[in-house]
Amino acid sequence: MTLVLLPEALVRLFPGAPRRVELPDAATVAAAIAALDARWPGMRDRLCDGTPAIRRHINVFVAGERARLDTPLPPGAEVIVMTAVSGG
Amino acid sequence: MPGRILLLLGTKKGAFILEGDAATRGDWSLRGPFCDAWPVMHAVGDAADGTIWAGGGNEWFGPAVWRSTDRGASWTHSGAGLSYGEGEPPIRAVWSLARAADGALWAGVEPAGLFRSIDGGTSWQHVEGLRAHPSRAHWQPGGGGLILHSLVPHPTDPKQLWVGISTAGVFHTADGGATWQPRNSGTRCDFLPEDQRYPEYGQCVHCLVMAPGMPERLYQQNHCGMYRSDDGGRSWTSIEDGLPSSFGFPAAVHPRDPETLFLLPLNGDSAGRYVPDARAAVWRTRDRGTGWQAMRHGLPQRDAYFGVLRQAMATDPLTPAGVYFGTGSGAVFASADEGETWRCIAEHLPAISSVETLVVPG
Repeated sequence: MTLVLLPEALVRLFPGAPRRVELPDAATVAAAIAALDARWPGMRDRLCDGTPAIRRHINVFVAGERARLDTPLPPGAEVIVMTAVSGG
Repeated sequence: MPGRILLLLGTKKGAFILEGDAATRGDWSLRGPFCDAWPVMHAVGDAADGTIWAGGGNEWFGPAVWRSTDRGASWTHSGAGLSYGEGEPPIRAVWSLARAADGALWAGVEPAGLFRSIDGGTSWQHVEGLRAHPSRAHWQPGGGGLILHSLVPHPTDPKQLWVGISTAGVFHTADGGATWQPRNSGTRCDFLPEDQRYPEYGQCVHCLVMAPGMPERLYQQNHCGMYRSDDGGRSWTSIEDGLPSSFGFPAAVHPRDPETLFLLPLNGDSAGRYVPDARAAVWRTRDRGTGWQAMRHGLPQRDAYFGVLRQAMATDPLTPAGVYFGTGSGAVFASADEGETWRCIAEHLPAISSVETLVVPG
């Protein structure tokens, strides 16, 4: 199982989405985001741009380290999605 | 025309709606912020079915078009398809929205490009022909970025569209976006050496609008002057004589009279970009730009250091026409008599990016 923790500002955009999501084991961050998008269509567009990459002001942490889309996930990984400091 | 009038406001911190009685245009109530307080660059409505769309972009979550079919009570959002694809720069925000004659929705974005939706904004397709234009390598970002900010669809031919890009100029398509022609002849670039001031493209157009009932007549507020075209943009004539400044952002046409135009000139690109002499005025022509009249009654006449952005002035379809503008300092001013008299109908809002009107049944 992959555990994904989502930021409040993201789940507000997807009615019914929880802050804490349990997914079947995902092999990479990209696969975990694809699984999120399957449950809440459009969530990938909010987290990733078309280059493709995690958006500049979104931080994804795996095992305490900033991750990229191709970062592998071990079984039972915890993925923390956070909004970076931004705005004005 | 009975019913309700809605002023759709795009602001730096969400969309807002000012709503009033279309018969009186006297009392206004404010609702919002909508769109989760995202920056909204442009909000537009369709009088036929009351749908409202709001385009913008959030630094965290990227570009989106929001939609409400219940006058703002509830909203959905989509960014599906708003991408130039792998290896291309990500899209930061949606800057402008317009409905084509066939019901399709156009979206102009930053960095400058064009998207089209045929499902009411649920999904978007890149109109590749515009960015395939050979001039694109020379497009330069203006102060607001490299943005496609003006969308002027032909009122009856869905294949014709004029766009304004800062800083690339005006382009026109007659084939639904497959091919494009620059339409900048006669508009100048004061920011280039003297012998290069009238290029084929590269002009800093600020706002492009079409006269009602005359699809070949366009008006353009430019960074460097004010212009009219009577041939669909093939040639432009300066109409800045009589204005207090050649610089400004918004232009708004009258709903029925192609000779009337409303402008809000600012004091200059390097002089602060606020209203001249800190005294607010909307400038009106009744003769297609031959002469201009300052409309000041009810507007602040001292210590007014605000600017008005390119999409932040609009008219309504009522009689007499209403005129509205929103300021960078978060105030909305309204005239129910074609600019003769004004009053402030909202203040203390976030910086206002856009103002549009929507009249719906009561």
